[in-house]
Amino acid sequence: MGVEAYMAVAGVLFALGIVCIISRRNILYVLMGVEMILNAANINFVAFNRYGNGGMEGRMFAIFVIILAAAEAAIALAIVLNVFHLFQSVRPSEADILRD
Amino acid sequence: MDPKLQQSVFYAVLALAVVAAIGGGLITHGAEGLAFGLFASFTLGGSLMCIWERSVVRSAFSLMATFMGVAGLFVLLGHDFLAMAQVLIYVGGILALLLFGVMLTPPDLTERKLTRVGGAIVFVFGGAGLVWNHVQSATRSLAVLPPEELAEATTQDRAIGLAFLHPEQYVVAFELAAFLLTVALVAAVYIARRRTEDFEPEEAA
Repeated sequence: MGVEAYMAVAGVLFALGIVCIISRRNILYVLMGVEMILNAANINFVAFNRYGNGGMEGRMFAIFVIILAAAEAAIALAIVLNVFHLFQSVRPSEADILRD
Repeated sequence: MDPKLQQSVFYAVLALAVVAAIGGGLITHGAEGLAFGLFASFTLGGSLMCIWERSVVRSAFSLMATFMGVAGLFVLLGHDFLAMAQVLIYVGGILALLLFGVMLTPPDLTERKLTRVGGAIVFVFGGAGLVWNHVQSATRSLAVLPPEELAEATTQDRAIGLAFLHPEQYVVAFELAAFLLTVALVAAVYIARRRTEDFEPEEAA
């Protein structure tokens, strides 16, 4: 298994995340798509770390990406609940004002 | 087309693709190829199901296959600590958060047949272009070793822990990450709290 196989999986996962974001009409699917995209980036970081010159930058970056994903998921869920409270809808296109 | 038939066709195609990926991996690369095919089909099959399914709950649970598959790929790459963190944080934390989001918002029953055709077109062109460009440019411009010259993968948990706390390496980023997580979690509680007026009794108004 060369690095190309992992890169192909990561690229397809990235594209699936984009499709998940643009093709569903529910804010929660946007969150799921973002998680897929972050995972695709992580696969690339780790694969290049493994096939690179023996440093450990890639895996440290992957750990920080996971940390940021956790923070992002918590904030995003709070925003989703607030958007639903304000607009009574989970469609991203309905939330179009900044204050009430 | 009848939705039930659509479901059957989708899952039949998915199962065939999984079998093909695992078999192809087994034939070309032996046991490592088998494991790679298995985890890659977990990853990509889970995210395909997430896009395909109409029910948000099913989508959220199929994302679990994606996260576990990515954890398996990390193990194959020799990064056991990351695989463990992936399972703990993604499957145990973020997926649980998503399921809370699913439970606290109602299902959007008017969401029907979406732009699956448009999505598929974007996926095919975007994905193919991305993979091709990606593989071509990166393998040429970066110092990537061929698989035969790789050193044996060893566990590096201790090195990771030392790098986090080493003053010349990642200690600032580590402390910033701790600060960021604290602020993010407090802020999430603050944003998602119920306003006091929600608790006013009806008859007081």
